[in-house]
Amino acid sequence: MISWNGVEVSFAAERVLGPVDIRVADGEWLGLIGPNGAGKSTLLKSAVGLVEHAGSVSLGGRERRPGLDIAWMPQRPHLPDEMGVGDYVLLGRTPHLGYLAAESSHDVATMRDAIAKLDLRHLARRPLGTLSGGEAQRAVLARALAQEAPVLLLDEPTASLDVGHAVEVLDVLDDLRRKEGLTVVTAAHDLTLAGRYSDRLVLLSRGRVVADGPPAEVLTETTLRAHYGAGIRVLDDVEGPVVVPVRSSDG
Amino acid sequence: MSGPAARTEARSTRVGWGALSFGLAAVLGAALLGAVVGPAGLEPISVIAAILDLLPGVSIDSGLTDVETNILFEIRLPRVVLGAIVGATLAVAGAAYQGVFRNPLADPYLLGVAAGAGLGATAAFAVSGDTNWLAPFAFIGGLAAVVATYALGRSVGRRSATSLILAGVAVSAFATAVQTYLLQQNVETLREVYAWILGRLTTVGWGQVGQLVPYALVAMGVLFVGRRMLDVLSIGDDEAKALGMSVARVRGVVVLSATLATAAAVSVSGLIGFVGIIVPHTIRIIFGWSYRVIIPLSILFGAAFLMVADVAARTIISPAELPIGVVTAFFGAPFFLLVLRTMRGPT
Repeated sequence: MISWNGVEVSFAAERVLGPVDIRVADGEWLGLIGPNGAGKSTLLKSAVGLVEHAGSVSLGGRERRPGLDIAWMPQRPHLPDEMGVGDYVLLGRTPHLGYLAAESSHDVATMRDAIAKLDLRHLARRPLGTLSGGEAQRAVLARALAQEAPVLLLDEPTASLDVGHAVEVLDVLDDLRRKEGLTVVTAAHDLTLAGRYSDRLVLLSRGRVVADGPPAEVLTETTLRAHYGAGIRVLDDVEGPVVVPVRSSDG
Repeated sequence: MSGPAARTEARSTRVGWGALSFGLAAVLGAALLGAVVGPAGLEPISVIAAILDLLPGVSIDSGLTDVETNILFEIRLPRVVLGAIVGATLAVAGAAYQGVFRNPLADPYLLGVAAGAGLGATAAFAVSGDTNWLAPFAFIGGLAAVVATYALGRSVGRRSATSLILAGVAVSAFATAVQTYLLQQNVETLREVYAWILGRLTTVGWGQVGQLVPYALVAMGVLFVGRRMLDVLSIGDDEAKALGMSVARVRGVVVLSATLATAAAVSVSGLIGFVGIIVPHTIRIIFGWSYRVIIPLSILFGAAFLMVADVAARTIISPAELPIGVVTAFFGAPFFLLVLRTMRGPT
């Protein structure tokens, strides 16, 4: 279980997050939602030590080890054009290697495994610069998977993808989570997709948790309008709530 | 099973036997060329025989006269070996700066490190006149310059390739201005320092080679064993940190090592520019992106490149000699423009 315990982040004396207390059970998929600037990315970054924070982030009650316990996928990953997919995924083994060590055959086998799980075998030698958006996102996911960390934090994993590729990536992620028993936390702007895939949603607004619960309870017109503004309608679908924008002249 | 299949998926991080043999052949070929070419022409076979004769248990008559043997071992070879070490250190320092700053234009010369080291060395030269202080003062000057360049480059806003280089230009100009002032104050050393600024491998004996070796070995050793870290850095600071790497510590160690290498080279041979751009980029184009390949091959091809450049410097206007810095700049400046043209914007 990963937990944020009283985590607070300030930039230049201005508090941008917290204090926040969130617990995510092993194997759970938590969706973080909230308007721009709500603190979603900051919350994820605090877990891997990318921002200074008060409070603590722990894993099963002990201090977390970034890299080994938690894999993080940034909103806009830096993908060197010429680097091959296989080599890129192999860099995910870094937490397991000393500063001066080279990869062992076990590391290479783990890389191959991650590549196979994300259906990238045919692209293993392709330079990253030649991949489509969906393929690139799968490569980043494969690198995170090669870390063999029990917790995956993904910052808007589908932001640059069309709806077809977004669903493809989230399906792969859901499948992996079930098979590997991973704990997943995603920050997302697409509320409908977030509701479809997450077990639980946490709505952040101005750095605070303002709603926490199953998607059907959080994705209500009253709650969303209070934090995103008026132009939102929530429709009921058999698979869960569908959040649609409404033009202000219609609303 | 993982062996052969693994190589097909992740093989661009290994130095192939072909590249390694090519690099070693280039070093040996360039060294032989450097030993043979000069006013007193020596036969390649005789040179090889004379060198083999030094090996324990080997006795070959090289056919060289005592004067020729003296020329070979006391004039030519120290110069060839110095050229190899300076070339290797400058190339590997350039590659390391490019990796650590994620900037294809980074080079000891363009980052102001060479000018800073030059200022430090000039200060040591002018104040004490004692050459023992050259290397440590050059190191301090070089380090101060690279820190100033990095800080200035970042303060301009987003760290882009060009802002870092522009900061390097400013730092170089400042260091050169102070250096010129120091020279004006110490006119008697002007001529000697001026020749040194243009870069030279002349007036070299084994003593100067010995001065450079420990610094070069330490710096190259550190950069060689840590070369995988440069590949990790290439996917971004945040990603590297999230992979558990201490980015600040790695960057600090790499910058210190590259600066130590540059300062040691500069303190002995003066300012020789562009080696750190030409060599790593050519390797990158031919052998790929990985620093696990670029760093070791930069050592080999940097050595070969500068030995050949030195032959050119010695022969182009023979019997006079061109400063080697002029030769490397002649090839390096157009190459720099080529790299600039192929860049895809700030990295």
